[in-house]
Amino acid sequence: MAGYLVLGLGFGILLSQSGFGAGWALVMCLTIYAGSCQYVGVSLMAGGASLIMTALTTLMVNARHIFYSLSMLDKYRGAGAKAPYLFFSLTDETYSLLCDGAVPRGEDPHLYRFLVSVFDQCYWVAGGTLGALLGSIIPFDTTGIDFSMTALFVTVFVEQWLSSRQHLPALLGLGMTALSRVIFPADVFLIPAMLGITVGLMACRKRLDVPEIEEAADD
Amino acid sequence: MIDLHAAALVAVMALCTMLTRFLPFLLMRRRQSLPPAAEYLGRVLPCAIMGMLIVYCLKDVSFLAAPFGLPELLGVALTAGLQLWKRSTLLSILGGTIGYMLLVQLVF
Repeated sequence: MAGYLVLGLGFGILLSQSGFGAGWALVMCLTIYAGSCQYVGVSLMAGGASLIMTALTTLMVNARHIFYSLSMLDKYRGAGAKAPYLFFSLTDETYSLLCDGAVPRGEDPHLYRFLVSVFDQCYWVAGGTLGALLGSIIPFDTTGIDFSMTALFVTVFVEQWLSSRQHLPALLGLGMTALSRVIFPADVFLIPAMLGITVGLMACRKRLDVPEIEEAADD
Repeated sequence: MIDLHAAALVAVMALCTMLTRFLPFLLMRRRQSLPPAAEYLGRVLPCAIMGMLIVYCLKDVSFLAAPFGLPELLGVALTAGLQLWKRSTLLSILGGTIGYMLLVQLVF
Protein backbone atom coordinates (compact mmCIF):
# COMPACT_ATOMS: atom_id res chain seq x y z
CA MET A 1 0.00 0.00 0.00
CA ALA A 2 2.96 2.35 0.56
CA GLY A 3 3.70 1.76 -3.11
CA TYR A 4 0.30 3.18 -3.92
CA LEU A 5 1.05 6.36 -2.00
CA VAL A 6 4.24 6.92 -4.01
CA LEU A 7 2.62 6.08 -7.36
CA GLY A 8 -0.21 8.43 -6.43
CA LEU A 9 2.29 11.18 -5.60
CA GLY A 10 3.92 10.72 -8.99
CA PHE A 11 0.54 10.95 -10.70
CA GLY A 12 -0.37 14.13 -8.82
CA ILE A 13 2.94 15.81 -9.63
CA LEU A 14 2.60 14.92 -13.32
CA LEU A 15 -0.97 16.17 -13.40
CA SER A 16 -0.17 19.50 -11.78
CA GLN A 17 2.68 20.03 -14.22
CA SER A 18 0.25 19.60 -17.07
CA GLY A 19 -1.74 22.49 -15.62
CA PHE A 20 -4.39 20.57 -13.68
CA GLY A 21 -4.55 21.21 -9.94
CA ALA A 22 -5.38 19.22 -6.81
CA GLY A 23 -9.14 19.32 -7.45
CA TRP A 24 -8.59 17.41 -10.68
CA ALA A 25 -6.37 14.89 -8.94
CA LEU A 26 -8.96 14.35 -6.22
CA VAL A 27 -11.83 13.82 -8.67
CA MET A 28 -9.77 11.51 -10.90
CA CYS A 29 -8.55 9.38 -7.99
CA LEU A 30 -12.10 9.10 -6.64
CA THR A 31 -13.95 8.37 -9.89
CA ILE A 32 -11.47 6.70 -12.26
CA TYR A 33 -9.26 5.00 -9.67
CA ALA A 34 -6.96 3.14 -12.06
CA GLY A 35 -3.21 3.73 -11.96
CA SER A 36 -1.99 3.16 -15.51
CA CYS A 37 -5.13 4.69 -16.97
CA GLN A 38 -4.74 7.89 -14.95
CA TYR A 39 -1.08 8.26 -15.95
CA VAL A 40 -2.04 7.93 -19.61
CA GLY A 41 -5.02 10.18 -18.90
CA VAL A 42 -2.70 13.04 -17.95
CA SER A 43 -1.16 13.04 -21.40
CA LEU A 44 -4.53 12.57 -23.11
CA MET A 45 -5.92 15.58 -21.20
CA ALA A 46 -2.83 17.70 -21.79
CA GLY A 47 -2.93 16.88 -25.50
CA GLY A 48 -6.68 17.47 -25.84
CA ALA A 49 -7.37 13.96 -27.14
CA SER A 50 -10.79 13.12 -28.60
CA LEU A 51 -13.53 11.37 -26.60
CA ILE A 52 -13.41 8.27 -28.83
CA MET A 53 -9.64 8.02 -28.55
CA THR A 54 -9.89 8.36 -24.76
CA ALA A 55 -12.64 5.75 -24.51
CA LEU A 56 -10.75 3.21 -26.65
CA THR A 57 -7.49 3.79 -24.80
CA THR A 58 -9.17 3.42 -21.41
CA LEU A 59 -10.88 0.18 -22.46
CA MET A 60 -7.63 -1.30 -23.79
CA VAL A 61 -5.49 -0.21 -20.86
CA ASN A 62 -8.07 -1.50 -18.37
CA ALA A 63 -9.16 -4.63 -20.23
CA ARG A 64 -7.39 -6.74 -17.61
CA HIS A 65 -9.85 -5.55 -14.96
CA ILE A 66 -12.55 -7.64 -16.62
CA PHE A 67 -10.62 -10.68 -15.52
CA TYR A 68 -10.06 -9.40 -12.01
CA SER A 69 -13.80 -8.95 -11.59
CA LEU A 70 -14.46 -12.30 -13.17
CA SER A 71 -12.21 -14.14 -10.76
CA MET A 72 -13.76 -12.39 -7.76
CA LEU A 73 -17.39 -13.10 -8.73
CA ASP A 74 -17.57 -16.08 -6.43
CA LYS A 75 -15.90 -14.41 -3.46
CA TYR A 76 -18.04 -11.30 -3.69
CA ARG A 77 -21.28 -13.25 -3.88
CA GLY A 78 -23.49 -12.31 -0.96
CA ALA A 79 -21.67 -9.06 -0.23
CA GLY A 80 -24.97 -7.23 -0.64
CA ALA A 81 -24.74 -3.47 -0.55
CA LYS A 82 -20.93 -3.62 -0.46
CA ALA A 83 -20.75 -5.45 -3.80
CA PRO A 84 -20.84 -2.40 -6.13
CA TYR A 85 -17.93 -0.75 -4.34
CA LEU A 86 -15.99 -4.02 -4.12
CA PHE A 87 -16.16 -4.39 -7.91
CA PHE A 88 -15.56 -0.69 -8.55
CA SER A 89 -12.37 -0.73 -6.50
CA LEU A 90 -10.73 -3.79 -8.09
CA THR A 91 -7.44 -2.18 -9.11
CA ASP A 92 -4.18 -4.09 -9.70
CA GLU A 93 -3.14 -3.39 -6.12
CA THR A 94 -6.43 -4.32 -4.45
CA TYR A 95 -6.80 -7.43 -6.59
CA SER A 96 -3.30 -8.58 -5.69
CA LEU A 97 -4.13 -8.18 -1.99
CA LEU A 98 -7.47 -10.00 -2.15
CA CYS A 99 -7.20 -12.54 -4.98
CA ASP A 100 -5.96 -15.41 -2.85
CA GLY A 101 -9.17 -15.18 -0.87
CA ALA A 102 -7.45 -15.28 2.53
CA VAL A 103 -9.30 -13.51 5.31
CA PRO A 104 -8.00 -13.21 8.90
CA ARG A 105 -9.62 -15.75 11.22
CA GLY A 106 -12.82 -14.55 12.85
CA GLU A 107 -13.34 -11.61 10.49
CA ASP A 108 -16.43 -11.10 8.37
CA PRO A 109 -14.96 -11.73 4.88
CA HIS A 110 -17.08 -9.11 3.13
CA LEU A 111 -16.35 -6.44 5.72
CA TYR A 112 -12.63 -7.28 5.66
CA ARG A 113 -12.43 -7.04 1.86
CA PHE A 114 -14.49 -3.88 1.88
CA LEU A 115 -12.15 -2.21 4.38
CA VAL A 116 -9.02 -3.30 2.49
CA SER A 117 -10.54 -1.82 -0.68
CA VAL A 118 -11.44 1.44 1.06
CA PHE A 119 -8.00 1.85 2.66
CA ASP A 120 -6.33 1.13 -0.66
CA GLN A 121 -8.29 3.88 -2.36
CA CYS A 122 -7.57 6.25 0.54
CA TYR A 123 -3.83 5.81 -0.06
CA TRP A 124 -4.33 6.45 -3.77
CA VAL A 125 -6.48 9.56 -3.23
CA ALA A 126 -4.11 10.94 -0.57
CA GLY A 127 -1.05 10.34 -2.76
CA GLY A 128 -2.60 11.85 -5.87
CA THR A 129 -3.98 14.94 -4.17
CA LEU A 130 -0.82 15.56 -2.16
CA GLY A 131 1.27 15.14 -5.30
CA ALA A 132 -0.82 17.71 -7.15
CA LEU A 133 -0.45 20.16 -4.22
CA LEU A 134 3.31 19.59 -4.01
CA GLY A 135 3.70 19.70 -7.77
CA SER A 136 3.29 23.45 -7.91
CA ILE A 137 5.67 24.23 -5.02
CA ILE A 138 8.48 21.72 -5.50
CA PRO A 139 11.68 23.74 -5.07
CA PHE A 140 13.93 21.69 -7.39
CA ASP A 141 14.03 21.33 -11.16
CA THR A 142 11.46 18.66 -12.06
CA THR A 143 12.36 18.37 -15.75
CA GLY A 144 12.08 14.72 -16.68
CA ILE A 145 9.79 13.67 -13.82
CA ASP A 146 7.24 12.57 -16.44
CA PHE A 147 9.56 9.61 -17.02
CA SER A 148 7.94 8.03 -13.93
CA MET A 149 5.11 6.91 -16.22
CA THR A 150 7.54 5.20 -18.61
CA ALA A 151 9.34 3.65 -15.65
CA LEU A 152 6.05 2.31 -14.25
CA PHE A 153 5.21 0.56 -17.52
CA VAL A 154 8.74 -0.77 -18.02
CA THR A 155 8.65 -2.23 -14.51
CA VAL A 156 5.31 -3.96 -15.07
CA PHE A 157 6.48 -5.16 -18.49
CA VAL A 158 9.62 -6.75 -17.00
CA GLU A 159 7.59 -8.35 -14.21
CA GLN A 160 5.10 -9.80 -16.71
CA TRP A 161 7.98 -10.99 -18.89
CA LEU A 162 9.55 -12.84 -15.97
CA SER A 163 6.32 -14.50 -14.93
CA SER A 164 5.04 -15.67 -18.32
CA ARG A 165 6.29 -18.38 -20.63
CA GLN A 166 5.05 -16.81 -23.82
CA HIS A 167 6.79 -13.62 -24.88
CA LEU A 168 5.11 -13.22 -28.25
CA PRO A 169 2.23 -11.05 -26.91
CA ALA A 170 4.68 -8.65 -25.23
CA LEU A 171 6.84 -8.43 -28.36
CA LEU A 172 3.77 -8.02 -30.56
CA GLY A 173 2.64 -5.11 -28.38
CA LEU A 174 6.01 -3.37 -28.66
CA GLY A 175 6.46 -4.10 -32.36
CA MET A 176 2.96 -3.32 -33.56
CA THR A 177 2.89 0.00 -31.67
CA ALA A 178 6.34 1.03 -32.90
CA LEU A 179 5.32 0.19 -36.48
CA SER A 180 2.11 2.15 -36.08
CA ARG A 181 4.05 5.16 -34.75
CA VAL A 182 6.33 5.07 -37.80
CA ILE A 183 3.34 5.06 -40.16
CA PHE A 184 0.89 7.36 -38.33
CA PRO A 185 1.26 10.74 -36.58
CA ALA A 186 1.74 10.80 -32.79
CA ASP A 187 -1.79 11.92 -31.92
CA VAL A 188 -3.66 9.06 -33.61
CA PHE A 189 -1.25 6.11 -33.82
CA LEU A 190 -2.64 4.39 -30.73
CA ILE A 191 -5.90 3.35 -32.43
CA PRO A 192 -4.30 1.47 -35.37
CA ALA A 193 -1.82 0.01 -32.86
CA MET A 194 -4.66 -1.35 -30.70
CA LEU A 195 -6.38 -2.78 -33.78
CA GLY A 196 -3.14 -4.34 -34.97
CA ILE A 197 -2.45 -5.89 -31.57
CA THR A 198 -5.93 -7.42 -31.33
CA VAL A 199 -5.83 -8.78 -34.89
CA GLY A 200 -2.27 -10.01 -34.39
CA LEU A 201 -3.14 -11.81 -31.16
CA MET A 202 -6.17 -13.44 -32.73
CA ALA A 203 -4.01 -14.56 -35.68
CA CYS A 204 -1.54 -16.19 -33.27
CA ARG A 205 -4.27 -17.82 -31.24
CA LYS A 206 -3.57 -21.36 -32.45
CA ARG A 207 0.01 -21.03 -31.29
CA LEU A 208 -0.61 -19.23 -28.02
CA ASP A 209 -3.92 -20.55 -26.77
CA VAL A 210 -2.71 -23.71 -25.08
CA PRO A 211 -3.65 -24.80 -21.57
CA GLU A 212 -1.01 -24.09 -18.94
CA ILE A 213 -0.49 -27.79 -18.16
CA GLU A 214 0.40 -28.72 -21.73
CA GLU A 215 2.78 -25.83 -21.82
CA ALA A 216 4.61 -27.06 -18.77
CA ALA A 217 4.86 -30.51 -20.32
CA ASP A 218 6.47 -29.03 -23.44
CA ASP A 219 9.30 -27.59 -21.38
CA MET B 1 -12.87 28.63 -16.09
CA ILE B 2 -12.93 24.85 -15.97
CA ASP B 3 -11.53 23.02 -18.98
CA LEU B 4 -14.75 21.33 -20.09
CA HIS B 5 -13.09 19.06 -22.62
CA ALA B 6 -10.71 17.72 -19.97
CA ALA B 7 -13.68 17.22 -17.64
CA ALA B 8 -15.43 15.22 -20.37
CA LEU B 9 -12.30 13.10 -20.81
CA VAL B 10 -12.22 12.37 -17.05
CA ALA B 11 -15.89 11.33 -17.22
CA VAL B 12 -15.21 9.04 -20.20
CA MET B 13 -12.22 7.46 -18.42
CA ALA B 14 -14.28 6.93 -15.27
CA LEU B 15 -17.21 5.37 -17.14
CA CYS B 16 -15.05 3.11 -19.32
CA THR B 17 -13.05 1.96 -16.29
CA MET B 18 -16.26 1.15 -14.42
CA LEU B 19 -17.47 -0.73 -17.48
CA THR B 20 -14.42 -3.03 -17.40
CA ARG B 21 -15.03 -3.74 -13.70
CA PHE B 22 -18.82 -4.17 -13.76
CA LEU B 23 -19.16 -5.98 -17.09
CA PRO B 24 -18.48 -9.51 -15.78
CA PHE B 25 -20.85 -8.91 -12.89
CA LEU B 26 -23.61 -7.83 -15.31
CA LEU B 27 -22.91 -10.47 -17.97
CA MET B 28 -22.43 -13.43 -15.74
CA ARG B 29 -25.93 -13.24 -14.40
CA ARG B 30 -26.99 -14.77 -17.70
CA ARG B 31 -24.20 -17.06 -18.86
CA GLN B 32 -21.92 -19.53 -17.19
CA SER B 33 -18.54 -18.70 -18.70
CA LEU B 34 -16.87 -16.21 -21.01
CA PRO B 35 -16.52 -16.98 -24.73
CA PRO B 36 -13.16 -18.76 -25.24
CA ALA B 37 -11.89 -15.97 -27.49
CA ALA B 38 -12.47 -13.41 -24.73
CA GLU B 39 -10.80 -15.68 -22.21
CA TYR B 40 -7.79 -16.00 -24.50
CA LEU B 41 -7.53 -12.25 -25.13
CA GLY B 42 -7.74 -11.63 -21.41
CA ARG B 43 -4.71 -13.78 -20.88
CA VAL B 44 -2.47 -12.39 -23.64
CA LEU B 45 -3.68 -8.80 -23.92
CA PRO B 46 -2.15 -7.40 -20.69
CA CYS B 47 1.44 -8.18 -21.78
CA ALA B 48 0.85 -6.71 -25.26
CA ILE B 49 -0.78 -3.58 -23.82
CA MET B 50 2.15 -2.96 -21.47
CA GLY B 51 4.45 -3.08 -24.52
CA MET B 52 2.13 -0.68 -26.28
CA LEU B 53 2.18 1.75 -23.34
CA ILE B 54 5.99 1.81 -23.26
CA VAL B 55 6.09 2.79 -26.93
CA TYR B 56 3.30 5.30 -26.25
CA CYS B 57 5.46 6.98 -23.60
CA LEU B 58 8.28 7.32 -26.10
CA LYS B 59 6.07 8.58 -28.94
CA ASP B 60 7.50 12.10 -29.02
CA VAL B 61 11.15 11.08 -28.74
CA SER B 62 13.16 11.89 -31.85
CA PHE B 63 15.51 9.04 -32.65
CA LEU B 64 16.87 10.68 -35.81
CA ALA B 65 18.22 13.89 -34.27
CA ALA B 66 20.64 14.43 -31.37
CA PRO B 67 20.58 13.08 -28.68
CA PHE B 68 18.90 10.23 -30.63
CA GLY B 69 16.65 9.20 -27.75
CA LEU B 70 19.71 8.26 -25.71
CA PRO B 71 18.42 9.59 -22.34
CA GLU B 72 15.15 7.68 -22.79
CA LEU B 73 16.88 4.45 -23.83
CA LEU B 74 19.30 4.71 -20.89
CA GLY B 75 16.41 5.45 -18.53
CA VAL B 76 14.46 2.41 -19.79
CA ALA B 77 17.58 0.23 -19.49
CA LEU B 78 18.23 1.46 -15.93
CA THR B 79 14.61 0.82 -14.89
CA ALA B 80 14.51 -2.64 -16.47
CA GLY B 81 17.94 -3.49 -15.02
CA LEU B 82 16.87 -2.49 -11.50
CA GLN B 83 13.68 -4.53 -11.82
CA LEU B 84 15.56 -7.60 -13.07
CA TRP B 85 18.07 -7.23 -10.24
CA LYS B 86 15.91 -6.44 -7.19
CA ARG B 87 12.34 -6.97 -8.43
CA SER B 88 11.16 -4.07 -6.31
CA THR B 89 8.65 -1.97 -8.26
CA LEU B 90 9.16 1.10 -6.11
CA LEU B 91 12.96 1.02 -6.36
CA SER B 92 12.85 0.55 -10.15
CA ILE B 93 10.45 3.43 -10.73
CA LEU B 94 12.27 5.82 -8.38
CA GLY B 95 15.72 4.80 -9.62
CA GLY B 96 14.76 4.99 -13.29
CA THR B 97 13.02 8.34 -12.92
CA ILE B 98 15.79 9.98 -10.88
CA GLY B 99 18.40 8.58 -13.26
CA TYR B 100 16.53 9.98 -16.25
CA MET B 101 16.06 13.38 -14.56
CA LEU B 102 19.80 13.59 -13.87
CA LEU B 103 20.53 12.66 -17.49
CA VAL B 104 18.26 15.30 -19.08
CA GLN B 105 19.18 18.01 -16.57
CA LEU B 106 22.92 17.51 -16.27
CA VAL B 107 24.21 15.49 -19.22
CA PHE B 108 22.16 16.08 -22.36
